[in-house]
Amino acid sequence: MGHAHTSSSDAGHAGQPLVGHLVAPWILFATGGALIVLTVITVAVRYVDLGEANLLVALAIAGLKATLVSLFFMHLRWDRPFNQLIFLSGVVFVVLMMAFCLMDTSQYRDSQYIGNPADVQAVLDKDAPNAPIAAQKSPDLP
Amino acid sequence: MSAHAPAGDHHAADGHDDHGHGGGHGHHNAEYPFLAHHFETPAQQFDSAKLGMWLFLVTEVLFFGALFVGYAVLRNRYPDVFTYASAYLDTTLGGINTAVLILSSLTMAMGVYFAQTGRKTALVVCLWLTMAGAAGFMVIKYFEYTHKFHVHLVWGEGFYKPVTDDGGLQSAELSSKAPVPLAPAQTTMSAGTVTAQQLAMPAFVQMPAGEQTAIAPPAAGPAGMAPAVIDAKAAEHAADPATHGDEALHLEDAAMPPNTHLFFAIYYAMTGLHGIHVLVGMGVIGWLIVRAGRGEFGPKYYTPVDLVGLYWHIVDLVWIFLFPLFYLID
Repeated sequence: MGHAHTSSSDAGHAGQPLVGHLVAPWILFATGGALIVLTVITVAVRYVDLGEANLLVALAIAGLKATLVSLFFMHLRWDRPFNQLIFLSGVVFVVLMMAFCLMDTSQYRDSQYIGNPADVQAVLDKDAPNAPIAAQKSPDLP
Repeated sequence: MSAHAPAGDHHAADGHDDHGHGGGHGHHNAEYPFLAHHFETPAQQFDSAKLGMWLFLVTEVLFFGALFVGYAVLRNRYPDVFTYASAYLDTTLGGINTAVLILSSLTMAMGVYFAQTGRKTALVVCLWLTMAGAAGFMVIKYFEYTHKFHVHLVWGEGFYKPVTDDGGLQSAELSSKAPVPLAPAQTTMSAGTVTAQQLAMPAFVQMPAGEQTAIAPPAAGPAGMAPAVIDAKAAEHAADPATHGDEALHLEDAAMPPNTHLFFAIYYAMTGLHGIHVLVGMGVIGWLIVRAGRGEFGPKYYTPVDLVGLYWHIVDLVWIFLFPLFYLID
């Protein structure tokens, strides 16, 4: 999606730095403005009840903002493809780690519940009504 | 970086010198005093620095990524806790901080632009604005943190301890042998099978602050009558360390789900690590301000400004995810 502009031949172009890519201020200001607008939107959708979709919408907006920051503020749009690949691979591996860890959560042993006794009892009552807290504690918890 | 590179022992390698600058390294170094001796061209030096910076940024992404995974696992296990506890965070302050960081990212990006175009004064102004944004962020974060500490919205055990007169953590453990008074609502909930003895539960289960005593807080003495005021304060202190219950509302709240402290554990872990990154950012931006003031940056050489900019944008990028994930759960 980009082409490397980092060669010393750029030095000859008027107004261009010796290395790297010059991003016009209007692009930077437009990016900043878009980020502020998206922040307002993400706060606003908090008050719209979409159920489970609220989290997905919030993550989608955050992802869009992150894309804007990396493409324009961080010049990734014009950076070397190898740098783009490196950054993207980092994101991919986080997603991979996230996916595998979440798959595993159903295998966890019983939790220990900490809180006000009545609330803890209410949670435990779902599994074994009227059993006291002490009897329900997982045997190998401290 | 600014030192002249030694040229003498490199003429042997001039066979590789195909960058068209002619005249050997002596001339080369005079033209690019910032060029380290082990690089052939400014472009090579710049690209190497950027490659290294991107690799570092990936380690940062993975660093925070692991915490985001921890967040996801906790939220997956305790969805109620996150919905409930998010209300204790101030959306306004969080939103202001988001805007502050975005604007400081913009001034940083403009700083890179002015460094690239050789506008020294504008560069220094942009760096100061970025620094101001970082400082503003930390000041707001400081107020958020200190307020939460004060009302015991903290990680771990302290979360369940009532607030004492001096605002510190109550040092004395609640005795698990003492009979635990049950509020009427609680006795009905368990159909009377839970006795006080059975509720002599592990120490980590704490009673809500307001239920430790049936003694009502004493009325304050009349204003202007010093002895009465002192008496009232003394009585208040002796009677109940939790008369400041209005300051630790979560302990009074019957709707608080168990394990709510986990939300604050991951909140402090993630925003704390992010805050440390902001402080480090202020340090390196300060370093840039000094160097920019000396006129060390321009169209030929601005690598440090560019790399610090990348770091600063990553800090912004992490916050972009932290804000909705902590402040905006409903």
